[in-house]
Amino acid sequence: MVASYEVRLFGMWASPAVRRVEWALQLKGIEYEYIEEDLSNKSSSLLEYNPINKQVPVLVHDGKPIVESLVILEYIDETWKDKPILPVDPHERAKARFWATFVDVKCREEARKAFHMEGEEKENSIENLQVQLKALDEELEGKKFFSGDHIGYTDLVVGWMAFWLGVAEEAAGFKANHEAKFPHFARWIKDFLQEPVIKENLPPREKTVEFFCAFRQLGGCGKMNQK
Amino acid sequence: MAASGNPEVKLLGIWFSPFVLRARIALNLKEVQYEFLEEQLGTKSELLLESNPVYKKMPVLIHDGKPVCESLIIVQYIDEVWAGSGTTLMPTDAYERAIHRFWTVYVDDKLYSSFLDSIMRYRTDEAKAEAEEQTVAALQLLEEAFDKISKGKPFFGGDTIGYLDIALGCFLGWIRAAEINGLKLLDHARTPLLCAWAEKFYNNEAVRAVIPDTMKLAEFTKVLRSSYQNRVPPTK
Repeated sequence: MVASYEVRLFGMWASPAVRRVEWALQLKGIEYEYIEEDLSNKSSSLLEYNPINKQVPVLVHDGKPIVESLVILEYIDETWKDKPILPVDPHERAKARFWATFVDVKCREEARKAFHMEGEEKENSIENLQVQLKALDEELEGKKFFSGDHIGYTDLVVGWMAFWLGVAEEAAGFKANHEAKFPHFARWIKDFLQEPVIKENLPPREKTVEFFCAFRQLGGCGKMNQK
Repeated sequence: MAASGNPEVKLLGIWFSPFVLRARIALNLKEVQYEFLEEQLGTKSELLLESNPVYKKMPVLIHDGKPVCESLIIVQYIDEVWAGSGTTLMPTDAYERAIHRFWTVYVDDKLYSSFLDSIMRYRTDEAKAEAEEQTVAALQLLEEAFDKISKGKPFFGGDTIGYLDIALGCFLGWIRAAEINGLKLLDHARTPLLCAWAEKFYNNEAVRAVIPDTMKLAEFTKVLRSSYQNRVPPTK
């Protein structure tokens, strides 16, 4: 007998944007059906649910699609109010959203360029990324996690840098995130990756590095089809 | 709505910025008095550098001494803090909120980028025409979105201006300025709903009080373009 799930998640195994949605669902104890997409051969369901971007993740709740991982995270927090991931205080919420767009737009852009480019452009991006890492490092001073004593929205969003940044560095032969330069950030990465929900929900590292290498070979194809 | 008002609420901004406009419209709709601190083009004040050290950009809202940065984050903050005042900006239903948020990401990502290409960043006439087409295509999608989301009401937010109205509407002055300068963007044949929406948005008191003069923007666009062309070398 096939269970009918009111929550379905369309994803792709290597995608950090998909994982952050899974982390949120699991932190809140929400049952969901996971559907793996082959992004080179997208399902008609995915195209129907996300005709504009045709990307993963897509969360479908009671038949209604929600798209864009940051939008999905806020939807999850507002719909399942147990174990909130966003702070209650409006100023703290504003800060959480600020860091989310910072890592997802600015840091990701520099990491993408460092990954795909060569020569001077690559070096510039690495430098820019390090300025960004410094800001994140300073933000963590005096705090275990970005969200305080427990992981929350900001940690889930910055989460791609705890695992996929290292993978990208290995696959593309660069190093931006030096532990010595960003000690608080290094400590945060260790603590974050040890959290049960995170530890049990990461792609296999070797396979991900291989995937990133292959992706880099294809070259110049912009973002992965995930947001 | 006064330029000098409640000192507990300050907004750092500049006259032409659509992102600053988002914050001003939101403050007006929530009937929040605030002090508008106008930055000068080409320089960044100490206060700006202190309150937004990461981006050094406007708008910055300073409430009881604490800064809030990024226009859409500011709008949500205003809606949450002054929840009991004025009109509500975010929809009450979580799914509708997700729809508004999705489209604001689209506006800032796709629409804004093509639009900037079409008025400022283009290098050739072909590039300009292509950027204009992409902007029109994005507006077309927003026209369809408006049809679905508004459900026959005047705004994306329903009877009153909401989050997505503000996110998109802040660009209307610039769009009109671009049309004065020869681009064809909003069109009664292709985007009739958005045209009607634009009129209503423009005529709303909270917006009219702060929207910059279209002719002034049209002239300023030309200044911005030549400054950009001089500053930024063409990419390979």
